[in-house]
Amino acid sequence: MTTATETHEDAQEHGMSDAGYIKIAIILALITALEVSTYYVDFGPLFMPSLLIMMVVKFVMVVSYFMHLKFDSKIFSFLFYTGLGLALFVYFAALATFKFFIA
Amino acid sequence: MADIATHDTDHATDHGHHSSTGLSNNKLAMWLFLGSECLLFGGLISTYMLYRGRVQNGPHPSQIYDIPFTSVSSFVLLMSSLTMVLAVSSAHRKDDSKTNLWLTITALLGATFVGGQVYEFTTFYREGLGFTTSLFGSSFYSLTGFHGVHVSVGVIMLLSLMGIIKKNKITGDKAEVVELIGLYWHFVDVVWIIIFTLVYLIPS
Repeated sequence: MTTATETHEDAQEHGMSDAGYIKIAIILALITALEVSTYYVDFGPLFMPSLLIMMVVKFVMVVSYFMHLKFDSKIFSFLFYTGLGLALFVYFAALATFKFFIA
Repeated sequence: MADIATHDTDHATDHGHHSSTGLSNNKLAMWLFLGSECLLFGGLISTYMLYRGRVQNGPHPSQIYDIPFTSVSSFVLLMSSLTMVLAVSSAHRKDDSKTNLWLTITALLGATFVGGQVYEFTTFYREGLGFTTSLFGSSFYSLTGFHGVHVSVGVIMLLSLMGIIKKNKITGDKAEVVELIGLYWHFVDVVWIIIFTLVYLIPS
């Protein structure tokens, strides 16, 4: 009984229970299988958007649940997503440079 | 008053040193490091995306990529994130034996991924894609090579962590140390999630 209570309190303090993590992993595995299926099945015009959406969903799930950002301080989210935002900015800046300045 | 002070000190010892924000300095530093790592990989991924079509006389990505093989590698790395989070969970429950078990499995899965990458690089080289063959080759090896080095460093960190847990040499909060290495490991996994889609699944 004590162990069960401790496990519950532990899950509340640190995010999720072990069963919760396994459920997240199963969802991630299923999304990966769906991603790989795009290599074999023709998704037509949905090919690129579906792959990008699945990539973002997997990224957010790992960061939110496995890295506990969903349950931790917002300062951690700010630090991480600021870095990510800057990285995206670098990509678009490089893309614009190639588009406009390099023939 | 003295009781409160003692309680605060105990709490700080339990959960690492805290900053004026009330957050652990170690965790804050790790998140700051991961934020800066986003920039490193952002630069490498951007370079690959811009150069992947420039194959010169070398092989084209679609001629050399082995998607089924890379899919299995990706799955292995994804599952290592699960075993890592289970190690962190066990560490919070102060269950050292289970923590070490999950850390061992995570290290093995990481080593399997690195082994797969070495095999992939060897195969690509034999098929004519060297580091200087084309801009595609340079940017591909730089990106995936840097990622492979990160995974290798992660495996070394996991093995070192297992050693210091067994020798009981962690003086502060053991669970936090496992969690910090876990954060690094999950970051390596999320970078691969992006690489797998942008590099392997979306054709140039």
